[in-house]
Amino acid sequence: MMKKELVIIGAGPAGLAAALAAYEDGIEDILIIEREERPGGILNQCIHDGFGLHKFKEVLTGPEYAHRYIDKVREKELEIMTNTIVTELTDEKELKAFNENDGILHIKAEAVILAMGSRERTAGGISLPGDRPSGIYTAGLAQNLMNLQNIQVGKKIVILGSGDIGLIMARRLTLEGADVKAVLEIMPYSNGLRRNINQCLVDYNIPLKLSQTVIDVKGEDRLESVTAAEVDESFNPIEGTEYEIECDTLILSVGLIPENELSKKANVQLDDTTGGAVVKDNLETNVDGIFSCGNVLHVHDLVDFVSDEAEKAGKAAAEYIKKGHKLNKDNIFVEAGSGIGYVIPQVISKEKDQIFSMRVRKPDNEKTIKIAADGKILHEENFEKVNPSEMIKIKVSSEKFKPLEKSTIKVVAE
Amino acid sequence: MKKQNYDIAIIGGGVVGTAIARELSRYKTDVLLIEKENDVGQGASNSNSGVVHSGFTAPVGSLKADVCMYGNSHFEEICSELDVPYEKTGKLVVAVEEKQIAELYNLQYIGRKNGAELYIVGEDFIEEKEPNISGKAAMYSPNSAITSPYELTIAFAENAHQNGVEISLNTKVVEISKKNSKFSVKTDRGEILTDYVINSAGLYSDEIAAFSGEDRYKIYPCRGEYYVLDKNASGLMSRLVYPVPPENAGGLGIHLTPTVEGNILIGPSNEYIDSVDNEATTKEVMDKLIKEARDFLPKITRDMVIRSYSGIRSKIVPPEVGGFTDFVIEKSPKYDNFINLIGIESPGLTSAPGIAKYVVEMIDEMEKLREDKDFKKTRKGITKFYELPEEKQKELAEDNPNYREIVCRCENITKQEIIDALNNPLGVQTLKGVKYRARATMGRCQGGYCMARIIKIMQDEFDMDLEEIKLEGNNSNLFAGQAKGWG
Repeated sequence: MMKKELVIIGAGPAGLAAALAAYEDGIEDILIIEREERPGGILNQCIHDGFGLHKFKEVLTGPEYAHRYIDKVREKELEIMTNTIVTELTDEKELKAFNENDGILHIKAEAVILAMGSRERTAGGISLPGDRPSGIYTAGLAQNLMNLQNIQVGKKIVILGSGDIGLIMARRLTLEGADVKAVLEIMPYSNGLRRNINQCLVDYNIPLKLSQTVIDVKGEDRLESVTAAEVDESFNPIEGTEYEIECDTLILSVGLIPENELSKKANVQLDDTTGGAVVKDNLETNVDGIFSCGNVLHVHDLVDFVSDEAEKAGKAAAEYIKKGHKLNKDNIFVEAGSGIGYVIPQVISKEKDQIFSMRVRKPDNEKTIKIAADGKILHEENFEKVNPSEMIKIKVSSEKFKPLEKSTIKVVAE
Repeated sequence: MKKQNYDIAIIGGGVVGTAIARELSRYKTDVLLIEKENDVGQGASNSNSGVVHSGFTAPVGSLKADVCMYGNSHFEEICSELDVPYEKTGKLVVAVEEKQIAELYNLQYIGRKNGAELYIVGEDFIEEKEPNISGKAAMYSPNSAITSPYELTIAFAENAHQNGVEISLNTKVVEISKKNSKFSVKTDRGEILTDYVINSAGLYSDEIAAFSGEDRYKIYPCRGEYYVLDKNASGLMSRLVYPVPPENAGGLGIHLTPTVEGNILIGPSNEYIDSVDNEATTKEVMDKLIKEARDFLPKITRDMVIRSYSGIRSKIVPPEVGGFTDFVIEKSPKYDNFINLIGIESPGLTSAPGIAKYVVEMIDEMEKLREDKDFKKTRKGITKFYELPEEKQKELAEDNPNYREIVCRCENITKQEIIDALNNPLGVQTLKGVKYRARATMGRCQGGYCMARIIKIMQDEFDMDLEEIKLEGNNSNLFAGQAKGWG
């Protein structure tokens, strides 16, 4: 069995940043495992720009952003094992993996960082009704086919869901000569970034139809049309509002699901809301020495924040390896209260300054986010605008936690 | 079609048609199987619960009861010969209310008359065996089992094919007429002559039967919708869980079925529809499936669903008549050597081996069939790499690098299995053909990860053009072609 101090599963933005952070903190025996043929993760197919504004104060494309990290990882000669798929992970941090050179591999790690990213919600996952013809693709798959394999998925397109990949693909497919007829969004607001709505839809005269969804799909072999309809507040179609859109392709951009199948095998406890691990403030899961960061922990809006989070996980894993034991006594539970979808981390210690990452439940103006415990407000911040598509980060000094007696703090938006 | 003359033509490549083809391939006779789709099993054979029934719903003495019982007692052996998954899970028919318990005794009475092993069990038994299932009492059937209906249909076809049966896919029968002592079968790909016609055309069996002068039967399509749950939910139950059959519903009621792949199915619903090929799913029914499934298994949630699909039963009574109808397997009124199989619905999968035997005996009575000493009863399916013990995995991976590459990460399917699926003896090269043979794209990501990889294998290893890559049917092209600015 191969032995490694630190194994990182996934060489996307999370895995790469985590590796570099761990290296900077003195860990050299690192193995990054990547199932694709090259590192970079989903960034490799994100050939549009807009990455790196926070992290590098520059506008980069996905591959450029990835290369900022890949180049450093290569410079430090950290090992990336590509074309390698991990199929098993235990809570003893033993991994089973496959690749073309080695066949079956068994690896024992002192610490593991989960950085597997997310997968897309599918037609089955949203119970898309109607026929099941060809021509229905998730947005990320269509992006992969188009940008990495130069395959045109279709000519007359309807996009369901206004997540960022869907918006980006509306523009991308238009540039490839396809007719993007509409983007339908079941919510009364878009789940995509505001800048993407402007740059990908408004600039190309692609209509965004809010509070609408697809209620029927027709096509015996290839997709022929979809029926759209308006929905009421409980998302039920409103009778009489149906209309048919002729199309050969339906692109689904209906959400990402953290890819935690391996985490489950290692008995990592998951949060029902995020779909990712329940983590402490150093991003360690309930399993000793297994850390989680990036989209496998919770779905991020910006890759810059993934890098920040991954650096934290890398540092924590380095500390864990060096100290070889439980790091701190985390004992305060963090709960999402009214108006808040989720908060990460879910468990914190009193001794450290904390950064909470959270999303609000619905878009609003003039909101105050309050962090409270023992009936007292520890910290509050005002926001002119809040939007579920944009992650909010709030920093709170450890001074605020020290006097706490109760073991739960609550975050609310009022 | 390679020849002009055949002894026997089977029309319809569902599980019944392919089972008959395999049964006939034991004998020295020239058999042609005609299927209009580009793969076998494209109708109800692909889209049912995959259950091997133990025979307690059909009345004693009915043909349905006989062929079902035959199937139940021979299924394990057949699956082992054909390398098809089979798992004797047992079944609980659960009474959720006290007043349904009497009906359990009635089912047990019928079933025992048919020769099935059945017990009435109480709440404690349910609690112990299936702690997540709620019910007052149940009938327990230890011999109920599950199989893979698509793998079985493919296996019947492949075994028949290796024993000399010709299988002509993409071939649609347009007319059958008597020409001297033979039947002329005209298809959209030419005409053949044959001594016998076996009509196992499922939903189209009434149309085919009309060519033999049989006009008493009409098929009433009855759709059943299903949900497939993520393998993560498989720990919720391990046996088949059925309701007490609803009165006059024409179906077995929405049940919970573990699959051999490790998923759970919810369904099927029961809805008469106008068209025999409308396999759509509907929001109303899908909502109902979840609701009714939760009556037994409250832990089921919507986010466990990874897929919905539907299949269509070929019923021979309209909804207003309902009730029990037997399978119709008989010579046509005009011609002895034109055998019609009509109304073969549930338990059609379980009954297929018995039906095949029954049909072959009908032919044997008319014309003594001579056994073929070279008949090979075994067929080898695709090696399922990830199910093997690790030493065996190592051995295979040592010799063949294609076993070192996992293409479908949900189901852990290797590149070699994809290649094997594309190299199938029937020559099927669609994405769904790969799905039904190797299980790739069947998992929770529904091809989100592996589809692009399978496409690449099709292009690199099989020289397929992008434009000819299809999902399933002949017009189901997946792509519009290369993107602009390429090359």
